[in-house]
Amino acid sequence: MTNAPTKERLPRNLDYYDLKNQAEEFLYEEAELLDQRHFREWLDLFTEDLVYFMPIRRNVKFGEHSARENTREEQDINWFEEDKWTLSKRVEQIMTGVHWSEEPLSRVCHMVSNVQIVDVTPSLDAPSEMTVRSRFLIYQNRVEYESYFFVGKRLDRLRKENGMWKNARREIILDQNVLLAKNLTVFF
Amino acid sequence: MERVESYARMVDADNGIIDREIFTGEQVFADELERVFARAWLFIGHESQIPNPGDFFSSRMGQESVILCRDRAHRIHVLLNSCRHRGMKVCLYDEGNTNTFTCPYHAWSYGLDGALTGVPMQKALYEDIDRAKWSLVEVAQMTNYKGTIWATWDPEAPPLLEYLGDVKEHLDLALDCRDGREGGSVVFGGVQKWIVPSNWKFPAENFAGDTYHNPSHRSVDMVGMGPNSQKGVQGRHDNRLSDAQHLWVSFPGGHAVHSALKPESNEYHPSFGDHTAVEDYFRDSHEKRKARRGDKARLQAFVGTIFPNTSYHGYLPRSICVWHPHGPQTTEIWRFFLTDHDTPKDVNTYLRHHYMRYSGPAGMTEQDDMENWNYATAASRGTISKRYPFNYQQSLNKTQKNSAIPGCVSEQVTEQNARAFYRGWRNYMTGAAWGDICAEAPSPSLQAAAGDD
Ligand code: FES
Ligand SMILES: [Fe+2]
Repeated sequence: MTNAPTKERLPRNLDYYDLKNQAEEFLYEEAELLDQRHFREWLDLFTEDLVYFMPIRRNVKFGEHSARENTREEQDINWFEEDKWTLSKRVEQIMTGVHWSEEPLSRVCHMVSNVQIVDVTPSLDAPSEMTVRSRFLIYQNRVEYESYFFVGKRLDRLRKENGMWKNARREIILDQNVLLAKNLTVFF
Repeated sequence: MERVESYARMVDADNGIIDREIFTGEQVFADELERVFARAWLFIGHESQIPNPGDFFSSRMGQESVILCRDRAHRIHVLLNSCRHRGMKVCLYDEGNTNTFTCPYHAWSYGLDGALTGVPMQKALYEDIDRAKWSLVEVAQMTNYKGTIWATWDPEAPPLLEYLGDVKEHLDLALDCRDGREGGSVVFGGVQKWIVPSNWKFPAENFAGDTYHNPSHRSVDMVGMGPNSQKGVQGRHDNRLSDAQHLWVSFPGGHAVHSALKPESNEYHPSFGDHTAVEDYFRDSHEKRKARRGDKARLQAFVGTIFPNTSYHGYLPRSICVWHPHGPQTTEIWRFFLTDHDTPKDVNTYLRHHYMRYSGPAGMTEQDDMENWNYATAASRGTISKRYPFNYQQSLNKTQKNSAIPGCVSEQVTEQNARAFYRGWRNYMTGAAWGDICAEAPSPSLQAAAGDD
């Protein structure tokens, strides 16, 4: 991942595992909301200054990956470069009932794994922000015969707001070059 | 010969009746690769993607991989990406910079002009190989038009500008600078590529000016994602064409566009709400274009298709889209997004965001198109469904000439553009000569319209 923090590895102590539990719980709850199609409640998990970013991946020569593999935020065309407002528009669009690429609604299942905390501020025992790395496997089954797998990595920046964790930044690294799906209507 | 007759029968463009077989049949698809894609001019990429010697970008022509590259003398080449020895792809990268293309299999290597420059153990193993005969296959013709690179495999094809004919003026609306300077567009980094279970002709005809499909975009219009939507305005477009006469124009060769003509006053309509920098930029560009182009500046872009599989969105979004055929029911779509080479950074940021939420598989507008193209293809392959052809009779006898605009012009929503696209397709599929493909064919509907309003 391009933007993965290269900070020192956090110690694996009780504070770490307690925080990791909180991160996992946050991500599992999120997956549940999405899979149960509670899209509006899902939006509440994000901060108002959200960045939701998914680059396009290229096939590049060995040694050029950091420079060329992923399209760049704020410079290139990406699959997603959203803020909270546009993400909420996408939710509203599904809720119109005439968004034909999600009407009838797809069946979607989010699997989340490999959860690790890679960074925490200010400290493990008094955390107010943390960066969480995870893997996802999303299965979308659509109408009768369509099915798509989206597999990749995520990096989330969780921030405590009024005692609750919220997601302020999600970077999604989808492990595909040519997108092998006709649409990206699922949320990652 | 038999198949030639059947293609002539499948497309009755004059009466607006088209057989479903052309959207699903395996044999039709195989013939298209030979008769359409091995002959017609195809869009390859943009010179801004390969600014320096050694730069390359992997593209496609029909079902085949080609390399767009720039040699040491700054000349641009389009080469078939298949080794002359055993066919291995000599380039597996999407883009980059290189001195040579060395085949991974037995290591023949080729220069940036395609010349075979290295054959391992040549002296010992190949007595008198004439390397000049074993270069990478290069296209028969290549043209750089205002930065866009086009190529054809047919040495007999007319030059690109002749091939385009009068559709050029509309394509220019996408390629020229917003302020009316000629050319000057560049492609943003990041080409969207995705696979859609659809015949390639559904999107091609859609972009040729199917304005009738607007209801399919109702959901995005309801929630609003146009430049003014943050103020609660519905819809997905800017206000530029609110006072314009929409025009549907088709041309010989199967090209067709939906453009619009502003009134003589040609006034700018504010569109961008609180985005003052963007508003100022577009207002200023509009005034400058008016000053440069005069009355010609009234012509405004919307969408169009250059036969066979290149389409554009001319303004907002502004992009070139290619419908690469994979199979009768599978298409790989590529989209290149355009901006002027000197657009200010904050305007580019706005444009990128707008493009990404409008177009492509994550585009709130285009997602619904993909759904339609998918299931229109899927539901057309049945034994029974194939007995019933499609209706392309919308505004059948309403074509007019407009003295200001060359081509067959309609001032109302029409399937004339689709009829012209398939008339072009039929010409290729029945092996018509280039002269006939590019001729100004007198359209029966045009004659019929002479007495009519
Ligand atoms: S296939 Fe390329 S060298 Fe043999
Ligand atoms: Fe559309």
